[in-house]
Amino acid sequence: MKTVRELLRDKRFIIGAAVFLIFAVLAILSFFSPHDPTEWHTVGRNLRPSLTHPLGTSFLGQDVFWRMTFAVRNSLILAILASAISRAIAVVVGLVAGYYGGIVDRLVMLVSDGFMVIPGFLLIVLLTLLAREFLNLVTIAVLLGVIGWAWSARLVRSQILSLREREFTFTAILSGTPARKLIFREYFPFILPLVFATFIAYMAYVIGIEITLTILGLTSPNMPTLGSMLHWALTYQALLSGYWWWYGTPIAVSVLLFVALYLTSVSISAYLDPRARLQRVGAG
Amino acid sequence: MKFVTRYLVPRLIQYCLVVFVGLTVVFFVPRLMPSDPVLQTLYVITAQSGSINPEAAEEMANTMRGLYGLEAGLLEQYGLFWKRLFTGDFGPSFFMFPTPVTQLIGKHLLWTIGLLVTTTVLSWVIGNILGGLTAYFSRFRLLKVFDTLAMFIRPIPYYIMALVLIIAFGYLVPIFPIRGGFPIGVRIAFTWRTIWLILKHGFLPALSLTLLGSAVWHQMMRLVAQGVKDEDYVQYAKIASIKERIIFRRYVMRNAMLPQITGLTIALGEIFSGALIVEIVFSYPGIGHLLFRAILGGDYNLIMGIATISIVAIATGVLIIDLLYPLFDPRIRYR
Repeated sequence: MKTVRELLRDKRFIIGAAVFLIFAVLAILSFFSPHDPTEWHTVGRNLRPSLTHPLGTSFLGQDVFWRMTFAVRNSLILAILASAISRAIAVVVGLVAGYYGGIVDRLVMLVSDGFMVIPGFLLIVLLTLLAREFLNLVTIAVLLGVIGWAWSARLVRSQILSLREREFTFTAILSGTPARKLIFREYFPFILPLVFATFIAYMAYVIGIEITLTILGLTSPNMPTLGSMLHWALTYQALLSGYWWWYGTPIAVSVLLFVALYLTSVSISAYLDPRARLQRVGAG
Repeated sequence: MKFVTRYLVPRLIQYCLVVFVGLTVVFFVPRLMPSDPVLQTLYVITAQSGSINPEAAEEMANTMRGLYGLEAGLLEQYGLFWKRLFTGDFGPSFFMFPTPVTQLIGKHLLWTIGLLVTTTVLSWVIGNILGGLTAYFSRFRLLKVFDTLAMFIRPIPYYIMALVLIIAFGYLVPIFPIRGGFPIGVRIAFTWRTIWLILKHGFLPALSLTLLGSAVWHQMMRLVAQGVKDEDYVQYAKIASIKERIIFRRYVMRNAMLPQITGLTIALGEIFSGALIVEIVFSYPGIGHLLFRAILGGDYNLIMGIATISIVAIATGVLIIDLLYPLFDPRIRYR
């Protein structure tokens, strides 16, 4: 509770969290949508924004507003899943490498170094092509989760390395605390905030990657996400025809979402540790 | 001597291992892809020449496998890849057979280097100067504008940024061309007109890269410079009433520059994989575009060629900077 009160003093956090809340509400609204997002011609085509269609309708005869609620929901689910998976791997790898050290540490760091040298986007494109037939929300999330742990694993590892040398570790070991208990009870509180800040940052990254992949035609455009919304608008030349409400909605929504996620992540890491801000800005 | 055994040798071993791991991953991943380059080429041929009887098609596929060097087993191909790598030969491209990969890369690399070196260096300089200024002269309200701007620009993914610029300058106020590196039908020659056209075509991709890049550098620099500003020696310099301008330049900026130099080398190393997205969005004839086509066509040799250059460039860049660091920062000594 004290943490929340402390955070609410930060203007960046208030703005970020408020915008994020609005999107959460939008995502929940999708459950009450009168239209199926995958069906075409449920409403009239190319209608301007009006009272019945707050954000107009598209060339495909879909209500842009309701389609957007689905896009927000799916993009958020994808982002949360992918971030959760990658953070889980990062924590385990970082813990093992940092706590046990030695050969395990060397190996883990070698693999994560190798990961960092490979152009990330190239690897993602290759892997999505590899798994093209099985691509859906969950598999994309797994894929992005498996790729994105290297940097955070390093952060966790360095944190554990410093914790391991502290006084309380020696006290715990001397008094016979099992390693498992030491890690979960004593170390976790230290690394959780770090993980949480990078969690939000990775969410933004995942949403951006999804948009890029879908527009390049690498994922299925029938999955209602922010990327596929933009994809259809561009495919049907919404730009040339001047249907600004069609292409403008996903652009505006994603920009707002990114700014909100970014502000939240920055304010949390600023609250946690001024030095973490540095690492945050550098991480992709 | 101690430096060599304690630091240099392990660092070099690590460098080799990292490059090895990176290249191995990039070798195997495309070969697991479902898109078979042979079938893909065959498909193009049959689509152009109407029907071909199955035996002829089979024979053609086998000939192509032989030509492409895909008959051998996976491990054998892998061995051959390393052998050829050391002679700088990546073999022929598959979908532009038999043009050698090195030639293709050479042709496209120039465009990418031209665009990305300019924008990377430009955004580095702009971002660092603005970041340093906003951090040090934080009492000026006007400079805060840059902070807010950077905060909004920075999280926007590249694709969206490019799209917004295309909408703004391609459709709403059509001043700049939105596709390609030069107009179709114009021969590249060293005349003022061609240079002008190339600059004009490069403007939007460059603008989008510079905007985003500057925002990132700006934020990093501001954080570093804020830390340096509170250091004792800066306070001391102030008390000694050294001119603010000199404190800013010689005391704050010089120190805050250090991590930024590391960042710049990494950024420059990444140029070799090209800005894939920027080149696709603007159809810029650079290495990223080439790479994307290679991936879609399953052109193993071309993918390997580009990935190898990129991986070696990044790893080498990081190695060089690690070794040269004492030059920039005399406080660091390798013991």
